Amino acid sequence: MQMTAWHLMDMLLALLLLGLAWGALSTRDLKRGVVLFIAFGLLLSLVWARLRAPDLALAEAAIGAGLSGALLLSALRDAPAMEESGEKSIIPKLGVGLLSLGLAGVLAWAWFVAISAGAGERLAGIVMVRLEESGVGNPVTAVLLNFRAYDTLLELAVLLAAALGIMSLGPARRPFAPPEALLASLIRWLVPLLILTAGYLLWVGAHAPGGAFQAGATLAAAGVVLRLAGRHRIGLPAGIRLRLLMAAGAGMFLLVGLALMLTGRPFLGYPPTQAGLLILLIETAAMLAIAATLVLAFTGGRPKTDVLANTAGKLEASTASGPVPVRPARAGGANNDCNPEQKAC
Amino acid sequence: MTDILGLLFIAAAMFFFMAGSIGLLRLPDVHSRLHALTKADNVGLGLLMVGASLLGSDPVLAVKLLLVWLLVMAASSASAHLIARQVPSGEEDPACK
Repeated sequence: MQMTAWHLMDMLLALLLLGLAWGALSTRDLKRGVVLFIAFGLLLSLVWARLRAPDLALAEAAIGAGLSGALLLSALRDAPAMEESGEKSIIPKLGVGLLSLGLAGVLAWAWFVAISAGAGERLAGIVMVRLEESGVGNPVTAVLLNFRAYDTLLELAVLLAAALGIMSLGPARRPFAPPEALLASLIRWLVPLLILTAGYLLWVGAHAPGGAFQAGATLAAAGVVLRLAGRHRIGLPAGIRLRLLMAAGAGMFLLVGLALMLTGRPFLGYPPTQAGLLILLIETAAMLAIAATLVLAFTGGRPKTDVLANTAGKLEASTASGPVPVRPARAGGANNDCNPEQKAC
Repeated sequence: MTDILGLLFIAAAMFFFMAGSIGLLRLPDVHSRLHALTKADNVGLGLLMVGASLLGSDPVLAVKLLLVWLLVMAASSASAHLIARQVPSGEEDPACK
């Protein structure tokens, strides 16, 4: 009885997931597609939780649904109004279709191989045997930061490359209007709570689901919320300090790895007694870099802070009251200070 | 005993969620839909949390669920307010002057 109820639930989840994916892809209204995609991400995180992968469920909810959704929505805000273009050309559609078909074929093949291979040696078993040496109790963190630290180092390097790309896109998107009273008071306690949650996720990642990526996404959410409330600087430092922050993740990884080589150990081969501390050190730097990169992605370009920094010194520019310093540089467009949702204006 | 009570609370929660969903689908305009959603979902979620706390029979879990409920209420009321502000309802929106 118990089993069939769960089966029913799983089948319902899978069907809903397919339905949402179809809806997000097939709709002609971009905003509708984005909202459906966010719902898809939330449901996918439930699916991960059902598959007993809480780390992935957290990451999917925070990054897949939350931040990607915010990024897509903010991209929509600046996108030129799409006219209902008719059938332009069949070629791109055909190309995407063939590509998807190929990908589906590869996935089906991988699934078939995994099913037919039977119970071989699973990586999870190997990890569990040597978990003691990793310095952490959470097998996912052990794999990401110790056993396969190279992978994570390269992931952070990819993130750094993405941040450099965003910096080269030009100035940041125009900011939002200052919030009204209710949103302002919500933000006043939501942002500290998000920062606290990020710290908790970072710390707990050593022995339970969590870690640098989830914590970084949560910290970035605090920045996104501040940005939505019309704050300009959203906690990001300016100039060289921003660059240092962006490079902190990969940089700390490299520093630790090279320092270990000086002591005669292999690159990123932690001594088991210090592994926990070193992992926490790397993860803290990675969290800050991930959060900075994600917030930078949300602002959509290089923050224009130099002028403000000169006049206001080290004072946070966002403490300036009112929308005065946040006048958008971009010319044209009548109601610059309004949300795009405000169709009424 | 507490299990049965917990299940009863969850059943009551389901009723409110159902009512909220029906309201979302059937009511004519954004404001009344929001009304259906926020009122029903907040009560529904509260009952669900009470039921889950009773089923879980762990005081720490109950406190966590209570915090989740409070957080969701604050977030959903604020976002409902924001959505309502975006909808033209006759008077001019002060944010767009």
